[in-house]
Amino acid sequence: MSTQVDIVLDRPQQPSEHQILNMGPQHPSTHGVLRIILELDGEIIVKATPVVGYLHRAMEKIAESMTFHQFLPYTDRLDYLAPLANNVALTTAQEKLIGVEIPPRARAIRVLAVELSRISAHLLGLGAFAMDLGAMTVFLWTFRERETIYNLIEHLTGARFTTSYTRVGGVANDLPEGFIPELRAFLDEFPARVDDYERMLTSNRIWVERTKDVGVITKEDAISYGLTGPNLRASGVEWDLRQKRPYLGYEDYDFDVPVGSVGDCYDRYLCRIEELRQSHGILLQVLDKLPDGPVLTPRTHVSLPAKSETLRGMEELIYQFILITEGQDAPPGECYFAAENPKGELGFYFRSKGGGYPDRMFIRAPSFVNLQILERILPGGFISDVVAILGSIDFVMGECDR
Amino acid sequence: MIWDVLGKLLHAFLVVGLVLPLMAALMVWAERRVSAFMQDRLGPNRVGPAGLLQPIADVLKFIFKEDVIPGHVNRVMYVLAPLMVFVPALIVFSVVPYARGMAIAPLNIGILLVFAVSSLGVYGITIGGWASNSKYSLYGGVRASAQMISYELALSLSVIPIFLVTGSMNLESVVAWQAQNVWLLLPLFPAFIIFLVSSYAETNRLPFDCPEAETELVAGYHTEYSSMKFAIFFMAEYINMITFSALVVTLFFGGYTLPFLELPAGLWGTVLSGCIFAAKVSFFLFLFLWVRWTLPRFRYDQLMDLGWKVMLPACLVLIVCTAGVRAFIWPG
Repeated sequence: MSTQVDIVLDRPQQPSEHQILNMGPQHPSTHGVLRIILELDGEIIVKATPVVGYLHRAMEKIAESMTFHQFLPYTDRLDYLAPLANNVALTTAQEKLIGVEIPPRARAIRVLAVELSRISAHLLGLGAFAMDLGAMTVFLWTFRERETIYNLIEHLTGARFTTSYTRVGGVANDLPEGFIPELRAFLDEFPARVDDYERMLTSNRIWVERTKDVGVITKEDAISYGLTGPNLRASGVEWDLRQKRPYLGYEDYDFDVPVGSVGDCYDRYLCRIEELRQSHGILLQVLDKLPDGPVLTPRTHVSLPAKSETLRGMEELIYQFILITEGQDAPPGECYFAAENPKGELGFYFRSKGGGYPDRMFIRAPSFVNLQILERILPGGFISDVVAILGSIDFVMGECDR
Repeated sequence: MIWDVLGKLLHAFLVVGLVLPLMAALMVWAERRVSAFMQDRLGPNRVGPAGLLQPIADVLKFIFKEDVIPGHVNRVMYVLAPLMVFVPALIVFSVVPYARGMAIAPLNIGILLVFAVSSLGVYGITIGGWASNSKYSLYGGVRASAQMISYELALSLSVIPIFLVTGSMNLESVVAWQAQNVWLLLPLFPAFIIFLVSSYAETNRLPFDCPEAETELVAGYHTEYSSMKFAIFFMAEYINMITFSALVVTLFFGGYTLPFLELPAGLWGTVLSGCIFAAKVSFFLFLFLWVRWTLPRFRYDQLMDLGWKVMLPACLVLIVCTAGVRAFIWPG
């Protein structure tokens, strides 16, 4: 990538006198370390070249020298706005590879975790979008709700940010005491909060003018560039893995998939707002239907035995030792599992030659794929539109560069 | 004679050199506190009672920061630019009658001086953006010059109906006219709206803060400025806010007077009128904050559209209408 960029920069001055503006990797609205090289004619963009990779940590290579469980904390640092959803996507993929069924309660708790983090991620996306367009207050309002969500997540997993909550075969621990009332209290007031954001933005004339017909992604473009998530749906494609390829029992929950019509920044904004409401609905249903039972499958080769039994029983000690040193034994073969994450389709591909380590792992990061569209939709707009489009695409560089 | 001059100088020094900067400092505090309460936060509350001394701590911080002049700038222009913004901001206030019989320079061309001097401020911003020799600053400077020129036009034109109605450019007599008749807000409501909106653009406040646009241009024209030079830009913005709030109050809200209230003669009347004026100005300063923390930012071209295609024609129509009314229906 870098060689190509150097060519752009070293090109001799063209007679058209376009100015090159380097936006990022240190820029307030590139949300991390995205860099866009803009070729400008006045304030109008002629050409835009996104440059990624400033946060590359070789996660996929690292995964090859780790047991399945050891890789889990790395997913906290993928889309760091929704670590729980990443945890769930990873372990569900690993379970598919190893061939594990998880108990119904664990599935419900996972859905709960995913939807909670979807709300949190969309809130940040919405807030950052608004802040980029100058509406600072909405940003801080969304942080008020995110604070509550982080408290809930801390209560659930013991960590606010780096959750590492799931295990192959279930989740680390059951819902703690007092968690459900706490969550219900949050859910009770949440719709009113969303109304508040909408009152600030949805029919605000300036907001509408800044976002309507800006950064239009047509249906065909959205599909051919491989967009997923709210960005794809805002362009009018009804595609949500939770409905199309249900996992974790999503087919049991009743929810709508909001779809846009134009594919501009405003549609993407509306889609996210509606998804907030739908996730809220799913969370209520999860709480209503929450089944009883264990949260970790009791299979000895998959999940760790309880600590107390390990200390007393011979067999448990052996399994504990095997699982810690060798990891779960995956049969030879390959598998791909994709989950509908807040940013889009987060996919994990595993190839196994048997044993506790994957032979190859690949992460399909939605942010990385979604950013491809920039080159197509930025030209023709103003510098101010860049921040609107970046805000509405809602990407995370931790996931893009992985 | 000499005492007269000295007295005037002292007056000017007290108001421009002391009260205005203090008010600006207070505004910085108010901005942070008000925005905090709008956003469910606390804001600065540690330094002094309710954080009131926070601006002083900020100024101290600015003074002690290293004064960096980047190597690639045009040094003379770079250093001059903040002053070119700051000084006009201070001068403009001199014609505003802030209490009964109290204005530093009660000129009979008062409002003309306001426009003449306040339009100088844009030079500072443009030169600052240009001298910084940085692309983001340059874009900020270019945006600022285009925006301020466009809105200056609407701003000046929106005041013409006032001359037509009151027959004077002296702010003191505009106030006197309003005290006798009615606040100009009522007959000239559209002019008030245009003036208010243009003054937001003149002061580079949201929703018109395109020259700064921190999420687009990093910090616009003052991207390369640090330490006290940045602080001076910053102060100038707040002083401009105060000046324009004072102008709105003077032109449309009866200045230091209140309807149905006879100001007592003597010192107490003057003090009372000053308090009335301060209260009205505070309201408009609050409005500045309220708007800033509520609305998103215009895009540069939309802002120009609004200026040229909406405000300017509206001004012209208003002037013609007012002139017509004055000539045929209500001559005087």
